[in-house]
Amino acid sequence: MAEPDAYAREDAGQPPSLHPPYKSTSLRSPSRPLVRIPQTLTETTGPRDAAGLMGPAMADLTAHHAGVPQGQRIIVAGRVLDERGRPAANTLVEIWQANAAGRYIHAKDQWDAPIDPNFTGMGRVITDAEGRYQFVTVRPGAYPWGNHDNAWRPSHIHLSLLGPAFATRLVTQMYFPDDPLIPLDPIACAVPQPFRDRLVARFDLDTTRPSWALGYLFDLVLRGPGATPMEA
Amino acid sequence: MADNQSPERFGQTPWQTVGPFFHYALPWKGGADLVGTSDLGARPDLIPSGHDLLHVAGPRGPVAGDIIEITGRVTDGAGEAVPDALVEIWQADSAGRYPSEADPSLAPAFPGFGRAATDEDGTFRFRTIRPGRVPGPGNSLQASHIAVGVLGRGLIKRLVTRLYFEDGEGLEDDPILGLVPAARRATLVARRAGDALWRFDIRLRGEHETVFFDI
Ligand SMILES: [Fe+3]
Repeated sequence: MAEPDAYAREDAGQPPSLHPPYKSTSLRSPSRPLVRIPQTLTETTGPRDAAGLMGPAMADLTAHHAGVPQGQRIIVAGRVLDERGRPAANTLVEIWQANAAGRYIHAKDQWDAPIDPNFTGMGRVITDAEGRYQFVTVRPGAYPWGNHDNAWRPSHIHLSLLGPAFATRLVTQMYFPDDPLIPLDPIACAVPQPFRDRLVARFDLDTTRPSWALGYLFDLVLRGPGATPMEA
Repeated sequence: MADNQSPERFGQTPWQTVGPFFHYALPWKGGADLVGTSDLGARPDLIPSGHDLLHVAGPRGPVAGDIIEITGRVTDGAGEAVPDALVEIWQADSAGRYPSEADPSLAPAFPGFGRAATDEDGTFRFRTIRPGRVPGPGNSLQASHIAVGVLGRGLIKRLVTRLYFEDGEGLEDDPILGLVPAARRATLVARRAGDALWRFDIRLRGEHETVFFDI
């Protein structure tokens, strides 16, 4: 008899690997069903000391260069939790994004929007004992992509989390409220409703700082404890 | 209107792709070298000067075990290179121990975790040590293996697989490998390509498609 899993499996809100409207999934997603395996020590442990691995925190994306970046300054804050609502302390949150005009600093981003010499668009922090994180950045612009005719990605921030175990790894994207591009976006729409709402941040006046920056709340929920084993 | 903060929506945050532009944020210099101080893992060629803020791995203490190099290509369903994939590994040390909160002394010398961006040819490379065997379900012992996660443009969520070694002890009785149809097990087994060099290709789809796991 297999031992119980330490972490819950994917819930119904996780997107499939193959989502034909996002065209590049058609050659990059497995055609065979995944092989289900029990979680062993390999899956239930994970890297420690993220700071030692990846370096010190960089929580203010507007402070990487000599000048101030263009665009609307924002604060993105929230908590990293498990499915029972318990904080995930000491976990690495990495983010990256386009600048206010929707242009990435990446050499392969060829969109004809201006590069901002004062904005790189990457950061990382480690959550505190309550699972809290906070970044200061600028609101990223929407940008076009080649997936289909007149395709535009909604404004978004990419987030990457290690969590406590190999099994809890999460990479996602945060969207902004009331963005009309979200329901048109094949990547966001790979997540079925109502779960897609989990990717949309909330504007928050308490997080907003007067005469300085708009504030948004975005919590990240990692896979929680596995099902309790039945008594034999 | 429901959003991330709505209590009735609370639950696992859905996965989303890393997209094509993660290179200046995720794969740090030295991230694919778990035993040395090389720049292996990053793609500085994709980052304009002045914007390469990635960490450089510091010197590490000596690590017990056999140093190995693992290389392979990530290819798609048409057999073409995937030049914008990110491969992550997680493994035990040579004594079969994972760095953990219970034994933090392991962490500084051997991180157990590595991250490598593929190059234009879809190739990734890691320098690490050959892991020891770790316990499996029940009283079993797993054959030496490395957990592998594959991310990239066109991958909405991570694909999880494992690397075993072709001459590994216990391959026949490995409790996880035993769950894989025999005809497909070879996709999980790295082949010796040199003294300390191992070859492990990842085929996302199609002929000889790599076995991916639901964990
Ligand atoms: Fe993006």
